[in-house]
Amino acid sequence: MKPTHVLKGIYALWYREFKVFLNEQSRILSAVFLPMFWYFIFGSGVGSITTTGINYQHFIFPGFLAMTIIFSSLFNGAYIVWDKKIDFLKEVLIAPLSRTTIFVGKVVGGMTDALIQAFILIIIGTVIGIPFTIVNTLYTVFILFIFTIGLVSLGLIIGSFLESPESFGLVSSFVVYPLFLLSGALYPLDTLPAWMKVLTRLDPATFAVDGLRNVILGISSMSLIHDLSVLIAFDISLILIGTWAFNRMKL
Amino acid sequence: MDNPIPAIEILGLKKTYGELSAVNEVHLSVGRGEIFGLLGPNGAGKTTLLMMLATLLKPTSGDARVNGYSIISQPSHVRQSIGMVFQDPSSDELLSGYENLKLHALMYDVQWKSIDHRINNVMRLVDLEHRKHDKVKTYSGGMRRRMEIARGLLHQPAVLFLDEPTLGLDPQTREHIWKYIESLARETGMTIVLTTHYMEEAEKLCQRVAIIDYGKIIALDTTQNLKNRLAGDVVTLRGKLLEIDALRGLPFVRKIELQDGRIQITIENAGKNLKSLLLAAGEIEEVQVRSSDLNDVFLHFTGKEIRETEGDTLEHIRVMTTAKQSR
Repeated sequence: MKPTHVLKGIYALWYREFKVFLNEQSRILSAVFLPMFWYFIFGSGVGSITTTGINYQHFIFPGFLAMTIIFSSLFNGAYIVWDKKIDFLKEVLIAPLSRTTIFVGKVVGGMTDALIQAFILIIIGTVIGIPFTIVNTLYTVFILFIFTIGLVSLGLIIGSFLESPESFGLVSSFVVYPLFLLSGALYPLDTLPAWMKVLTRLDPATFAVDGLRNVILGISSMSLIHDLSVLIAFDISLILIGTWAFNRMKL
Repeated sequence: MDNPIPAIEILGLKKTYGELSAVNEVHLSVGRGEIFGLLGPNGAGKTTLLMMLATLLKPTSGDARVNGYSIISQPSHVRQSIGMVFQDPSSDELLSGYENLKLHALMYDVQWKSIDHRINNVMRLVDLEHRKHDKVKTYSGGMRRRMEIARGLLHQPAVLFLDEPTLGLDPQTREHIWKYIESLARETGMTIVLTTHYMEEAEKLCQRVAIIDYGKIIALDTTQNLKNRLAGDVVTLRGKLLEIDALRGLPFVRKIELQDGRIQITIENAGKNLKSLLLAAGEIEEVQVRSSDLNDVFLHFTGKEIRETEGDTLEHIRVMTTAKQSR
């Protein structure tokens, strides 16, 4: 296949995801408001009893950026289940595009949705006093970008195995909540009991949250290189699994 | 158009699900520019055959060439050569008709600069130009089918597959779609392969028909030949002192049946022979002529009516099993 055809195919799938995204304002709103809701209520409530040395709401803000990305990236996988249901997937699978191209196009589309939502949250963060500068915003977007690749892939992999949108909701919440709650989004990583420390290190979101906290607030448990290396390894493995999953997908 | 390679050549295609063979060693060739019909009841294997030709389903054995390309070893060439209109709507209803078509054009590598032009052309062909920027969810069932037919044409395929193109549409819309398919065939000279279980549809649109049942082709000919070969035209006469013996002697008479005061005569080519028949018949009070239709033909070959046989449990189970296993 010609390389231009591959790029056009990726663009085609992105085009569709983006058009649908623009049509679903309610989804954008909920994706942004859910974390803000947590931020203000949970952040104020727990913040009043903890002493982290730093404003607790500021401490958990990077966690909520990660949360937005986790929710919207994984939720994106529901679209592929939906596509199966409305038979739109047939139209895509019968096109002269390789499954890998289709997978990559879907990943790029899902990443766009998630990153737009994260961007809205960064703007809100600036307004409520999170110390964003041009430089750390660029770092933030970069980390989120790397993190999203793996997560969108994970959502698509789950979606490619499932038949009904309802079952997607169920299965994905088994993935979303552990990813979020074990990530250290809500608590510092250093003072954890040993067994929990192990669990947090198995969660790729931990490294995203740690990296974000590093670039935004200057506090972290691991080096940025360490965080990014783990995230990139996560991306590569999920892209490989995703390509495999799409190649085995039948109608 | 003088392409010597047939549009489709099926070489012993076979698809089995466990014990069940959905498509059983089918051989078939469809010429360029032909409108070809696969006619059969639900669960006969029509869609399975089509899905294999479209490379969406792997055959158990055998091969086929579409536009000269093997469905086994050159699937992406095959895909580029075909347009497919599925039985169920497969467009995104949150997008407009235009957006659905643009997406399709991009996936099929239509040149950037000709995308808009081509979209306008195909939308005009199906009379949807004025609605192209409306969301698909505002379209009626018939409009949506037309839009999907237009979409199938967008990359100028060598063969257009239509899987039950009018299933679930009301009779008026159905005739409308037929009109579009006919004008499409006339204007583009494209090879069209359609599956249907509607007799009128096959009769109206197709030049040649393969009757398929239990995964096998049981008859293959032009619609006219199938009808000629079999039933011919049916003339019903009522009158006094009809010369039945004289009628029996006529060379074009095939079958005579007496039924309460009437005679039903099956003859070859009523257009040519009706006059001689009537002259020989004697004093006639009433004449009715009806041409035999594919329904008679189907009945002959399969021993059953084509309409869904509700209450036929075996049939039902077969359909269900096929549906389940092809997932």
